[in-house]
Amino acid sequence: MATIETTYRDALRLALTEAMREDDSVILIGEEVGVYGGAYGVTKAMIEEFGAHRVIDTPISEPAIVGAAVGAAMTGLRPVAELMYVDFVGMTMDQLANQAAKIRYMFGGQIGVPMVLRTQGGTGRSAGAQHSQSLEGYVMHTPGLRLAMPATVADAYHLLRQAMRQPDPVVFIEHKGLYTMKGEVDPDAPPAEWGRAAVLREGADLVIVSYSRQVHYALAAAERLASEGVEAAVVDLRTLNPLDFDTIRPMVEAAGRAMVVSEGVMTSGVAAELAARITEECFDFLEDPVLRVAGEDIPISVSPLLETNSVPTPDLIVDTVRKIGLGAAA
Amino acid sequence: MATSMTAPRPNTRLYDFYREMRRVRTFEERVGELFVRGQSAGSMLHLSIGEESAAVGVGAAMQAGDTFTTHHRGHGIFLARGAEPDRMMAEIAGKESGYCGGKGGSMHIADMSLGHLGANAIVGGGIPAVVGAGLSARNLGTGTVSVAFFGDGATGQGILYESLNMAALWQLPCLFVCINNQYGMGTRIDRATANPNLHERAAAFGLSARTVDGLSVEDVADAAEEMIADARAGRPGFLAIDCYRFFGHARKDKSPYRADGEEAAGRQKDPVSAARTKLIVSGLASVEALDALDKEIDAEMDGAIDFAVAGTEPPMAAMFRDVYAPGEPEPEPVSARLSRVLARD
Ligand SMILES: Cc1ncc(C[n+]2csc(CCOP(=O)(O)OP(=O)(O)O)c2C)c(N)n1
Ligand SMILES: [Mg+2]
Repeated sequence: MATIETTYRDALRLALTEAMREDDSVILIGEEVGVYGGAYGVTKAMIEEFGAHRVIDTPISEPAIVGAAVGAAMTGLRPVAELMYVDFVGMTMDQLANQAAKIRYMFGGQIGVPMVLRTQGGTGRSAGAQHSQSLEGYVMHTPGLRLAMPATVADAYHLLRQAMRQPDPVVFIEHKGLYTMKGEVDPDAPPAEWGRAAVLREGADLVIVSYSRQVHYALAAAERLASEGVEAAVVDLRTLNPLDFDTIRPMVEAAGRAMVVSEGVMTSGVAAELAARITEECFDFLEDPVLRVAGEDIPISVSPLLETNSVPTPDLIVDTVRKIGLGAAA
Repeated sequence: MATSMTAPRPNTRLYDFYREMRRVRTFEERVGELFVRGQSAGSMLHLSIGEESAAVGVGAAMQAGDTFTTHHRGHGIFLARGAEPDRMMAEIAGKESGYCGGKGGSMHIADMSLGHLGANAIVGGGIPAVVGAGLSARNLGTGTVSVAFFGDGATGQGILYESLNMAALWQLPCLFVCINNQYGMGTRIDRATANPNLHERAAAFGLSARTVDGLSVEDVADAAEEMIADARAGRPGFLAIDCYRFFGHARKDKSPYRADGEEAAGRQKDPVSAARTKLIVSGLASVEALDALDKEIDAEMDGAIDFAVAGTEPPMAAMFRDVYAPGEPEPEPVSARLSRVLARD
């Protein structure tokens, strides 16, 4: 297959479909993944090709969906469980954090839990406070869980294929605002290494570290900043566990300034962790505090105006850069 | 051993059940001893004394390749499925020679080669894994059954009902075994539910469901054999086993919440002595033969304590191992990270 133009959603489906064709042990299990085709259409029509024993529609029982995936993964299947919204992850937290994440360690390395939990999060659909959150921090806070968050169409395909080959449980969080995004992917091209960040833009003045949809906001902001004479680099982390600090460190040391952009809430979140780590590791090189541009510490409103402004926007990123004396106001 | 030669060994099912139940009881008594001697890792030790028929009756009905999960009171079940007492005791003592290298302990013991998918310290936490194991059995055609063992307390957890529903819906080869010892910590079953006929709940989901009296290991085994055969044929079941928790919840609990005389009455429901009496009364085994067997088991379990005590703790290097798969970078220790970031040249 050569490079194709497709959507984030279809790239995800391609990854699942190819994996299921290659390996009979791969199953999909979750609410509405079969006949309905997935709440966001990712698994559309897959039940027709693979049948109800491999594309398993479940009752509305998130804890048991994850728990069954754990048991299946321990006994020879390669389950890809789906959680319709990441907002429901709290219900599954025992199976995810106490079981999946700890089984290899507790049992002295006897067995791992090679499962993927696909879900989606983020704002953008006026879905309200219980269907719009960015809860990657819950996952990143749990040793033993891998965490991937694709920002691009190519990564929707390649990261998911890679996630399905991991020996440990992977939480794979898509962004609901990206499903219709178009882009290119070459399924046959060797993918970027699992766990490696991607430098999407070089820049000597500032390093913006981000992931998922905010990568696009960071790129848009960097574009505008360039017109104001500021060169901002943009790094897409791709996976939050493993976290690729080796890519970030030399860039921050060279630029002397770093900003973390995340849709998750600011306090005790992914941005807090990244900022602390950059500060600790790159302290001698920093000319300004590491800036967190993150979700407000509030629930998400259904009002599109309030919703949009509850998470970072390109405007907010640009304004923040100006505040440290770079760009238009400088 | 010399004593074992003095009397012929009865070759009956009940004798085998008695032997296995006696092994469980003696093992648990030695676990108590390990704790008293200060040699156990911690005090979160839950003894299954009084519940031996559940472990042995159901365990005997399972086959090689069948998988299972247990709750926190699962020593007996694992023994009944072939665990080595030495490595179990070592794990309970947190030693490297234990089943999980000393990292799991009593409540997280597991052994994949014996089908033990893990004990659990989260009430109900191990139940849905058997649904997943049932899916594996179905899709991979292994012909195996997966059994979830849990206490009456787990009937307060929603995950049980989600799992029962899925198993029944998909006709998976699963058996749910509820060991009803009448208590969840200090809360007696009638203070936890308005309907203590626990199997009725499973019946409502479409599983074949029943309750057996745990006093008779043969009754438990009969029920389990039938239900496991059914499960293997795609008819999942729920088996409640009535018994009594002889001692406190964990080692330090003296059960002050139990009325005077309750324990003495409860301990009448003793599956081990019931089996012993039946063997003797029915002429299947002599007192001497059983005494000799008991002695042999005492020696076996004494050996387990010796093995555990002689073991060493896992090396510090094991601390960061097995968070992720072999070959993946291990998490960086805090002290190493700090030394690295604070190094000035
Ligand atoms: C989810 C959860 N809640 C509470 C506890 C604390 N706890 C441990 S054992 C136990 C009682 C369990 O009773 P039961 O399931 O009947 O098992 P038994 O101890 O009687 O064998 C409780 C409340 C726990 N470990 N997990
Ligand atoms: Mg109980």
